[in-house]
Amino acid sequence: MGLLSKKDAKLITDPLADNNPITIQVLGICSALAITAQLKASIVMSLSVLFVMGVGNVVISLIRNIIPSKIRIIVQLTVVAALVIIVDQVLKAYAYSLSKELSVFIGLIITNCIIMGRFEAFALGNGPWKSFLDGIGNALGYAVILVIVGFFRELLGSGTLLGFKVLGDPIEKTGLYAIGYENNGFMLLSPMALIVVGIIIWVQRSRNKDLIED
Amino acid sequence: MSLKSNLHNLKEKYKGTKMAPAFNALHTFLYLPNETTHGGTHIKVADDLKRTMNTVIMSLIPCLIFGMFNAGYQHYLALGEISQATGFFDSVFWSWDNLVIGLWKVLPLVIVSYGVGLAIEFVFAVIKGHEVEEGYLVTGMLVPLIVPVDTPLWMLAVAVAFGVVIGKEVFGGTGMNILNPALTIRAFLFFAYPTWMSGDKVWVHGAVARDKAIAAGENLDAISGETILGSLAQGKEITYSVWDMFTGLIPGSVGETSAVLILLGGLFLIFTKIGSWRIMLSSVLGALAMGLIFNGVVDAGWIGEGSKFYGLMSTEFWHHLLIGGFAFGTVFMATDPVTASQTNKGKWIYGFLIGFISILIRVFNPAYPEGVMLAILLMNVFAPTIDHYVVQGNVKRRMKRLKAKTA
Repeated sequence: MGLLSKKDAKLITDPLADNNPITIQVLGICSALAITAQLKASIVMSLSVLFVMGVGNVVISLIRNIIPSKIRIIVQLTVVAALVIIVDQVLKAYAYSLSKELSVFIGLIITNCIIMGRFEAFALGNGPWKSFLDGIGNALGYAVILVIVGFFRELLGSGTLLGFKVLGDPIEKTGLYAIGYENNGFMLLSPMALIVVGIIIWVQRSRNKDLIED
Repeated sequence: MSLKSNLHNLKEKYKGTKMAPAFNALHTFLYLPNETTHGGTHIKVADDLKRTMNTVIMSLIPCLIFGMFNAGYQHYLALGEISQATGFFDSVFWSWDNLVIGLWKVLPLVIVSYGVGLAIEFVFAVIKGHEVEEGYLVTGMLVPLIVPVDTPLWMLAVAVAFGVVIGKEVFGGTGMNILNPALTIRAFLFFAYPTWMSGDKVWVHGAVARDKAIAAGENLDAISGETILGSLAQGKEITYSVWDMFTGLIPGSVGETSAVLILLGGLFLIFTKIGSWRIMLSSVLGALAMGLIFNGVVDAGWIGEGSKFYGLMSTEFWHHLLIGGFAFGTVFMATDPVTASQTNKGKWIYGFLIGFISILIRVFNPAYPEGVMLAILLMNVFAPTIDHYVVQGNVKRRMKRLKAKTA
């Protein structure tokens, strides 16, 4: 890769798997449980977090030397809040039904532990370019899990993907439903998201034994 | 060569390989091992895990057989082809036709439950490289007894796979699970496919299919097979006598209707010292206590006949023991030695709360008027906490005594 040095590239690729914010650091679980019943909602949520984290990390990194350390949490919150409001307003303007569906969870991005965690752990001690990569990387790591969970929950729970009836029509009994298949209502409930995340963690750790902590 | 020595030879042949546990399990399940322990001191107990499990299965067999007859009886009764049985020993109930329907519907449930569950156990044993655990023997028998008779087999298979993997294997297998695996399987079915687990259609074989045929325009009479709890929750009159409830000539999940046979199984478990009488007794007490409270509320006039809880609240308190899955859950599932409290005092608390909460959920759950499954799962989670406080309490008391002595 010409654009990124090896070290910089690692900032993006590490959070995708071996240092994933959800499955390894176990951060940002709440939104992963709440909004993954539909794949579309997961994707929009991921994009919102991607924007907030990418921009937020750069902003914090730029002003890191002038933030008094005693009030840095408040400054960080202000930055996230401002960005989240932008996302919220954009969604309300251009994707009203989705914004209704995601309801408070867009607003709750402010409290997403991944974001505050990266501000604290990375942006306050690194330059803007690196912080940007780190923000993007972690948001992508978050997105990967959200999309996987959203994919399985929507497919097995509603029999659709992004709203398309990929398994047939449950009411008119076409496709899989013709032979007696039924949607799994459990998949639409939040506990199942927790279990799916758990299974992802299980698979990941049994593939890479280094991740298992004693 | 006999099957036994054949199996023994197979076992020897595969010794040390990955598949060894699977062959070993087959061999020891069917026969006593050829070799005995040698050298050193060893203690021999007659009750190994396998025998414990087999005892529980034996106590379940009457329920299973009764469940088969009942499946056919409810089916033909709903069709109007036979008259209501006059008592437990009526030949209308114990008829060949009833048994045929029962075998036809219930045996596949048993086979799927064991087939899927044991297959997963074997796979995990091979992966982990340890012996196949016996834990599934009982679970596999419990599962077909606690589902409605018309449960689609693929749903059962999915639920069993989920229950065994997520409910048990991820925690480390038999003896390590937090939740009762059979109830985990049932809870999965309940939340995933609620239309197959509740309502007035699923309890009688054929009712769902008939309903669909009617919807498609065929000229048939609909069958309604509402359970007693379902009728009560809707404030309907029930037509079953107390004797029917006690003997089990009522609709319900396959094996949980007959209180008398469950009682028999329970006594057998208590006699063989496998089931804890403390849990069973305290659970019954808990249910009676909650039932009395509800009856008291009704008697005090705090709740009118118009209330949607009136039907279940005004049910005589001791009827609660006979209807629904309460008896079955108390005797066979609350007493699961792995997930229940371990201390004697803890068992009293654990059992009492199961009974108490069962009836509470039964009355107040609007969608599904039965609570014993959720109550047991809830108390499974709390069992270690109860034990912790019982043990700590004991430690504290003895420390105090010690201090008083040395001071």
